[in-house]
Amino acid sequence: MRFITVIFKKVNHMEKLLDLYRSFAERGRRITWNQAIASLRRLIQPARRREPLHPFWVIVGREMSDHIRSWRFIILLALISLTCFGSLYTGLSNVGTPKAAGTEANKAFFFLQLFTATDGTLPSFTVFLNFLGPLLGIALGFDAINSELNRGTMSRLVSQPVHRDYVLNAKFVGSLLVMATLFFALTLLMTGLGLIFIGVPPTASEFVRILAFTLLTVLYVAFWLNIAILFSVRFRQPATSALCSIAVWLFLAVFYPILIKLIAKALAPQPGPMAGFDGSAADFQRTVINLLRFAPGQLYSDATTTLLMPVVRSLGPLTMEQVAGAIPNPLPLGESILIVWPQLTGLIAATVGCFVLSYIAFMRKEIRAR
Amino acid sequence: MEESIISTSGLTKRYGNFLAVNELDLTIGKGDVYGLLGPNGAGKSTTILLLLGLAEASAGNAMVCGFNPATHPIEVRRRVGYLPDDVGFYDSRSGLENLLFTARLNSIGKDDAYRRAWQLLEQVGLASDAEKKAGTYSRGMRQRLGLADVLIKNPSVIILDEPTLGIDPQGVRQFLDLIVRLSREQGLTVLLSSHHLHQVQQVCDRVGLFVGGKLIADGTIDALSSKLFASEPIIVEAGFTARNGIAHFQPDDLMPLTNTIRDIEGVGSVSFADGILRVGCVNDRSSLIARAVFEAGYDLTLLQKKRHGLDEIYHRYFQESEPYGKTA
Repeated sequence: MRFITVIFKKVNHMEKLLDLYRSFAERGRRITWNQAIASLRRLIQPARRREPLHPFWVIVGREMSDHIRSWRFIILLALISLTCFGSLYTGLSNVGTPKAAGTEANKAFFFLQLFTATDGTLPSFTVFLNFLGPLLGIALGFDAINSELNRGTMSRLVSQPVHRDYVLNAKFVGSLLVMATLFFALTLLMTGLGLIFIGVPPTASEFVRILAFTLLTVLYVAFWLNIAILFSVRFRQPATSALCSIAVWLFLAVFYPILIKLIAKALAPQPGPMAGFDGSAADFQRTVINLLRFAPGQLYSDATTTLLMPVVRSLGPLTMEQVAGAIPNPLPLGESILIVWPQLTGLIAATVGCFVLSYIAFMRKEIRAR
Repeated sequence: MEESIISTSGLTKRYGNFLAVNELDLTIGKGDVYGLLGPNGAGKSTTILLLLGLAEASAGNAMVCGFNPATHPIEVRRRVGYLPDDVGFYDSRSGLENLLFTARLNSIGKDDAYRRAWQLLEQVGLASDAEKKAGTYSRGMRQRLGLADVLIKNPSVIILDEPTLGIDPQGVRQFLDLIVRLSREQGLTVLLSSHHLHQVQQVCDRVGLFVGGKLIADGTIDALSSKLFASEPIIVEAGFTARNGIAHFQPDDLMPLTNTIRDIEGVGSVSFADGILRVGCVNDRSSLIARAVFEAGYDLTLLQKKRHGLDEIYHRYFQESEPYGKTA
């Protein structure tokens, strides 16, 4: 028992606990862990008990626990964890190789290579997330509204004293929280494991970059979540809404770039004597890339590349004059963020746009029993 | 009637060209058990949605518990419990958890919610199944859980939309008894919509007949029946056989008999269908009718006296107005 007192004494801010422990000890009681935990709870909880939770958070809580218990989420969790460890393996086996490091400058950001390094057999973590993130978002959202309508729980829910938009907002926030927790946990886990295996700790700026990357991933998945919720408001059958979301995803991820590249090939300016000097080729390239950026996947990969590879200093074509004289130094974090600011804004705008559409559709919907 | 707890004036709901609710004027007093009767698509459910502020009225307004549901839906929903006709629960949660969820949505504290939930589960007879998943409940159990779910917020009005749909007769009886008992004990106002006449007749103090979005009659069942059938409030039914054993007659064969009966003082209409003679009369004329049957050479096999029930009221109204919302 004495060692507990010692431990408490060592940690300064645990004085309260020490008092608690002493009061037990003085009364001559043998405290069990259960008693200790119970009294700890009493210490924290009284404020929360008196005030019932706001209805909005009640719905959010139910939404989250529903997700966590569902098979769908468990399967996706397994998939994404596998991805995470698979790419951790790729990252570990390629980190520090000349191919991954590229320039001297990149070597300064050794740790970040964990997320981007690949030897070409397995895609890196960012590429995986670019592909799997939408699937997670769609899986969390495609039956958000219509399954409640079909189960007949929606009419019960909206006849309670809650504003109708609480239901939609809570669905979004609940899924978002689950998903954000998942991504932060995975990324931090990956960071931790990487730390153990490489033995080189990330610098502060690397760590902030990793956190920013995770936030970006959450935002990207939130966009797909909102697309799925929009379809779940629009279509009565969960299967239809899932299929629609997946169709949009496949189109934007696979067919849209092909389409743009096809058109671009047909319209490309003929290489003339002045090609490369009058800027027409660069303009053309810029237009093509901008068109590609209508796909959120492109925005995401632009942004992650810039965040995780500090040497990237432009996302469009650079002319020789622009590069001339530039020292291939890594950019500071602020500058990197500045480069991806348009991408971030685009993603946020797309997410908010989808949410607004589903909000309007949901508020106008008349909710009857099944 | 004492103070009214639900009142509407000129309440109208239009879907495109279709009038779902047409200038409804409805008043329901505190503590009443009110039956909203009408065929499918008569606008009962839409009226309920309007009362709860779940749909927007095209014209007119409503007052529920002193609040306008169009402008203060939250206040209304805090005081009104609504059981939709096919109530759904979260199937992967137990009945108790479903109840607790509703309680927490109504900002009832945790301990309170537990106590109330168990008490209500006890009342509706689900205490032993409380921990089972709602997905395993039968239709009748779901409906009873629905009633508990409605009552957990301690409402002053409960609105039940077709609450007995799909329950077996025994279950219906228990369910209705439960509603009446609870409403008497707790002074609840109950608004019950149904197209089952007999159930409504069993439990309701007052009824409103709804056809094509219009309330065409409103009042106690007795008042409705005496208003409608002022000339002949009593029906005497008589079944008989001929002395030679023939039990099936052509109406023409009975002309002498029906004429005799029609001549009895106080008798209104006389009709014959399905082997039974129906005589509407102002006051009880059963003995005279029996004698007339006997004297015409028939043996009585059945003689019964009835007051008009909702069935007759319902049918009478349907004859007068076009059913199924064609008035729009």
